[in-house]
Amino acid sequence: MIKERKSLGKIFLNGVITENPTFRLVLGACPTLAVTTSAVNGIGMGAAATFVLVGSNVVVSMLRKFIPDNVRIPAFIVIICTFVTMVQLFMQAYLPSLYESLGIFIPLIVVNCIILARAEAFASKNPVLASAVDGLGMGVGFTLALTLIGMIRELIGSGTLFGLNVMGAGYEPMLLFVLASGGFLTFGILLGVINAITAYFQRDKHSEGGRA
Amino acid sequence: MNEITKMLLFMVSCVLTNNFIFSKFLGCCPFLGVSNKVETAASMGLAVTFVMTIASLFSYMVYHWLLVPLKITFMQTIAFILVIAALVQFVEMFLKKASPSLHGALGIYLPLITTNCAVLGVATLNVSENYNLIYSVLNGAFSAIGFLVAIVLMAGVRERLENAKIPECMKGFPISLVSAGLMAIAFMGFSGLV
Amino acid sequence: MSIRLSSAPHIRTGASTQSLMLNVVIALMPCVAAGVYLFEMNALAVLCMSTGTAVLMEYLWQKLMKIPVRVGDCSALVTGIILGLTLPPTLPWWATMVASAFAIIIVKQLFGGIGDNFLNPALTARAVLLASWPAHMTTFVDISREHVADAVSMATPLSGENAVEYTWMQLFQGAIPGSIGETCKAAILVGLAYLLITKTISWRIPVITMLSAFVSAFILGMDPVESVLTGGILFGAVFMATDYTTSPMNASAQYAYSVGIGFLTMLIRRFGAYPEGVTYAILLMNILTPLLDKYLPNKIYGHGKKKEANQA
Repeated sequence: MIKERKSLGKIFLNGVITENPTFRLVLGACPTLAVTTSAVNGIGMGAAATFVLVGSNVVVSMLRKFIPDNVRIPAFIVIICTFVTMVQLFMQAYLPSLYESLGIFIPLIVVNCIILARAEAFASKNPVLASAVDGLGMGVGFTLALTLIGMIRELIGSGTLFGLNVMGAGYEPMLLFVLASGGFLTFGILLGVINAITAYFQRDKHSEGGRA
Repeated sequence: MNEITKMLLFMVSCVLTNNFIFSKFLGCCPFLGVSNKVETAASMGLAVTFVMTIASLFSYMVYHWLLVPLKITFMQTIAFILVIAALVQFVEMFLKKASPSLHGALGIYLPLITTNCAVLGVATLNVSENYNLIYSVLNGAFSAIGFLVAIVLMAGVRERLENAKIPECMKGFPISLVSAGLMAIAFMGFSGLV
Repeated sequence: MSIRLSSAPHIRTGASTQSLMLNVVIALMPCVAAGVYLFEMNALAVLCMSTGTAVLMEYLWQKLMKIPVRVGDCSALVTGIILGLTLPPTLPWWATMVASAFAIIIVKQLFGGIGDNFLNPALTARAVLLASWPAHMTTFVDISREHVADAVSMATPLSGENAVEYTWMQLFQGAIPGSIGETCKAAILVGLAYLLITKTISWRIPVITMLSAFVSAFILGMDPVESVLTGGILFGAVFMATDYTTSPMNASAQYAYSVGIGFLTMLIRRFGAYPEGVTYAILLMNILTPLLDKYLPNKIYGHGKKKEANQA
């Protein structure tokens, strides 16, 4: 029992850190770039994608013994689509302003590579609970990444953080960061920084093990 | 005359002002993934152009002649993705028979296009912007040409960067993203052009 | 003025980078002098800030990344001066600093430093400022008045009907609102003459760019003489379009590149949202440069210059 819980924790952390879909695997670049003009948008997009990830992972895992191999991709897409439509209708009804600012990137969750990749690589080969945890881990990893990018862009580009003015009255926001090119630049530089940090710690680890 | 001018301006805006990559972030995955060589980038761009144009046409027909009369427009996303998947399959089979050489050039990119958000994106945009049939097809075709321009320019830049002394941590995706960001700054010059 | 043909493309080796860059610095001096004379202390402050930040950032980055410190090649100095000259004299100091740091670190050093950047650093930084703080970048001082201190802020002569108020002679001398280094055409021409005489650049890019701008302005229904005398087209054609790293190496590609800059500048001026198009025109042609070099090879000169460029 303890062992199983441990491995579930490992699956969760795998999605959040080790194989973070945004920073390690660089999947789903379009929504990452497009909706991160503010931290709130990042969270909203992340939450929507997390819901779809968990839902589709669970259903795919449940049906994994029944879906014939040669039509599995279309079947996965239909399952994902169903959850996306659910999210879309829910947001439209209860979170209209968020729905407005995320725009067409809500329906486009369907073609977000992360979701199909997890269905194919994990859920179609693993039991239901593990698949759900994998979906949750990946979703949380994606959400954290989007929120981080959103925070940076919002702070520099609008001088606010979650809508609160934090830079003081004298700050003149650098508009570039909420424009398209700011998305590319923030994401690119952040990836570079994360690579540098990872490389630094890996080098430390290697030298401790005497393999440097 | 007036209508034609309007259409021409619309086409220019699709390619330059509202470029799919540099201002709408649609199709970033292939833009970043398949842009190491100019030739492959051009093939990918052509394949996308092909599919996006036809997909715009068919998704328009499916939406307005099937989903709207049946009052099931909430099925839009599912319907569109099925249309696109079927189209891509069909295009691939057709090309294999009709033009093996073109199939050889575009073949490996076609399956990738099903999950290219530019294609589903253009179909969704056509609906949300209320474009009529002609404008939907024009939007599909010229937005795709905008994608083609972007990916070929990107490939040119990346070929040039092959021998550059880029810091280790920036190699690969990071520097591609930064390049795309800088290119987007240059493309801002086109704003207001239309 | 005699125009002398210099052999293109120039071979760029590590040893000669410094002397080439110093030539550019010397050629920029008339513009610096004119700018400081016309816009007084404001201009000097902006120039010092941009140049100082550029050189400092280059040094700090190279120290931090543990790569050989090559501030001595003067390329950061050139970037800093050129950037300063393209800015309005009233730009706040912090905006100048951000732009200068952006030019050196993000546009140049992230790509591997001198010779590896694909966009002109100074121009990209200028475009960043235009996108980030448009109000600061499009307000200029009207120095046709007695003292700068009394001058009021106004839009560039390119926007609105203001351009009509100036005579061609005024435009040529530079006593008009505008960026620090771009207004005095006489100073730019002196710099161009120096660059040509010392064979630092070839005549091709500046001359073809100006010709193309002239013809394009005519085609697009603007006054051609006024169009080439206003704004930054001359400064851009002489000092920025000719940047070694970001312009094509083959002669035929250089023709296409220059024609493109002239045309795009006038197109953006005529139809675009920005009053001045030269910044974007050069950047867009910079992006196209790798493709031009690849697909418009020069039969006489084209023998794979890529390698040498990278050593510069």
